[in-house]
Amino acid sequence: MRASLAALSGVLVLSAFSVAPHPARAQEVTFLSTQMRPLEEAQRARTQILNGAPVKTTYVPEEPPQLPVHLQADAQGSHTISLVGALHGEFAPLVPMGLLAPLDDQEALLKQRGIPDNLATLAHLGGEHLMYVPWMQATYIMAASKKALQYLPEGAKLETLTYSQLGEWAANAQKATGQRVLGFPAGPTGLMARFLEGYLLPSYTGGTVVNYRSPDAETMWADFKALWAHANPNSTNYNFMQEPLLSGDVWIAWDHVARLQDAFRKQPNDFVAFPAPAGPKGRSFMPVIVGLAVAKDAPNAAGAKQVIDYLLKPEMQVTTLRVTSFFPVVKVAVPEDLDPGMTLEAQAVAQQQAAPDAKPVLLPVGLGSHGGEFDRVFTDTFQRVVLRGQTVHEVVQREAQDMQRVLDAAKAPCWSPDPPSQGTCQVK
Amino acid sequence: MSRTATAPSESPLPLREGVGGRVSRRAALRPYILIAPSLIFLLLLFFIPLVQTIALAFRTSAGAGFGNFGKVWNDLDFFDAVKDTFALVVVAVPVQLALALGMSMMLRHVRRGRDLILWIWSIPLGISDLAAGLVWLAILTDKGYLNSVLFQLGVIPGPQSWLTYETPVVLFCAILTAELWRATAIVFMILVAGVQLVPKEFEEAASVFGATAWQRFCRVTLPLLRPSIQTALILRTVLAFETFAVVLAIGGTNFPVLISQAFIWQNQNQDYGTAAAYAVIVMVVSLTATAVYLVALRPRAGEPA
Repeated sequence: MRASLAALSGVLVLSAFSVAPHPARAQEVTFLSTQMRPLEEAQRARTQILNGAPVKTTYVPEEPPQLPVHLQADAQGSHTISLVGALHGEFAPLVPMGLLAPLDDQEALLKQRGIPDNLATLAHLGGEHLMYVPWMQATYIMAASKKALQYLPEGAKLETLTYSQLGEWAANAQKATGQRVLGFPAGPTGLMARFLEGYLLPSYTGGTVVNYRSPDAETMWADFKALWAHANPNSTNYNFMQEPLLSGDVWIAWDHVARLQDAFRKQPNDFVAFPAPAGPKGRSFMPVIVGLAVAKDAPNAAGAKQVIDYLLKPEMQVTTLRVTSFFPVVKVAVPEDLDPGMTLEAQAVAQQQAAPDAKPVLLPVGLGSHGGEFDRVFTDTFQRVVLRGQTVHEVVQREAQDMQRVLDAAKAPCWSPDPPSQGTCQVK
Repeated sequence: MSRTATAPSESPLPLREGVGGRVSRRAALRPYILIAPSLIFLLLLFFIPLVQTIALAFRTSAGAGFGNFGKVWNDLDFFDAVKDTFALVVVAVPVQLALALGMSMMLRHVRRGRDLILWIWSIPLGISDLAAGLVWLAILTDKGYLNSVLFQLGVIPGPQSWLTYETPVVLFCAILTAELWRATAIVFMILVAGVQLVPKEFEEAASVFGATAWQRFCRVTLPLLRPSIQTALILRTVLAFETFAVVLAIGGTNFPVLISQAFIWQNQNQDYGTAAAYAVIVMVVSLTATAVYLVALRPRAGEPA
């Protein structure tokens, strides 16, 4: 009886807390994030990253499609969310919905922590105001077995490699070993589409969409077809390049850092990591940027900014790398006790980011549910030109129409590095 | 212990209560009550998704129509997928039937160890499609068992790729072999059950009249096996049209089939409408094949069903 009375009074006290706006609540920060969602990862975010935050922070994971819905409901109702963590592309639609507060007062923080200019520019989301602060990043890099290094063409360096040198390299290796040791993740769940839209095509044309049927694009496809002659024919079965790298079937590969990780972690002495090659229009690469934004009319904007400052501290960026495998966006010295495989990747990511000819290319923005179809335009073009040997000119003409159809259906404006468009992005 | 065991029979089911009419009505209802859970289960988990899939296939952003089927038609891999799917069915199913017939005929003459042979032949039944695919992938991949053996024997100088877009014939044979290995057992099981029901006397009578073994098989055994063959063919063909995991494991994108295209449109392209259109096409093809078997293998006048 006494126990149940105590429980009842406890419930009453608790409900009083949750009904009345308690002063303690405004001191806390509720952090809604589309990253680190699985139970274990979320728990690690709470206990290993946010536990030392200057303001008590409640970490709430949310599925990406639900993010705008959740924020809108919160803005119209309870006003609990202050801080939002999401991918660059997930922030983009939130701005026209008026769900984010401008963060111009954080520009100084970006400079102070050494966040690269190209990331800072992206964080303006094409407008005047800074809309989010870059938090952490992943990307796609190259990996090579040390056995392959002896076949590098004369004068070529890994850090400044070009696509034509990559082709020569693979050709040299094939001549010497009789094997095609260059590999791409062109399997059913591989990320080949990202290579084509974020690395290869923009390195030749300077963009992803607008110049899809330009002469530059045709040159690119012709070059890539020649390069593919030295690619392992099993590439159309590869999904994660770490596997063929570890088995020795492939010596030179491109893939997402998370999909190369095993190779570097298991045999850090056998592999090297290096930036993606450059084409005539620069070294295009696709950063996967996770940012931190403050919700409009946040109950605790000041607290949220304190948490941002905390998460951008170099030591926290290193902790984040250890916990999540997302790489720092600020200048940090990689600690010596970091897993040697991760160190290799971290160095390559930093090199790629800081290369003088580096050109960040965004993951497609604003395509919504049409993202898969957009990717398919690239993989279809690849299949037709490279695997089926169809005429480049005809294929790009045909696929450009298909791309326009996808863009029209999504009503997507152009995204960086293509120049901003009035209305739907148009293929020239 | 015994109390627990007898408890159900003690439960007060009022079977003998009331007037006779009530009892018989209850008795008449009983089978329906017993069947109901399975009906509801199927309805919930099969029929409703089926209707939803069909609805999804015909729904586009512009309203109801054939837009998704248009996308299927324009899909780069559609015609390859049709060709590959039918090639697999047309080659695999007859070979499986022939193998299974042979196996079940041979088994009739085995006295000792029959159960052991039956057991070994049915092992593939217990293996999932994907596991079977992965087994064959491990054998046929560049550094797989086959290449290791060939290398040891000095047949090949180094790793040889068998499963790429550059070797479509070998790739097809590999998938076919894996399918034969994996799915012949189900045909065999159905036929073995049928063979056991065929009375030996018919064959003995035929041999008394001087029929050869081949004549006895063609004129006596095969017609008597027709119901089993029909069941096996329908089941196997429908399943062959849906072959997926084996193909995906061994062939990847190099060997598109209709179901793998449905998977890719749903999973990679996130286009549920087009994936549903593929699913509907597979369903129509399977239903047509079933109808063809039902008509082609129906008992002729004067024959037992």
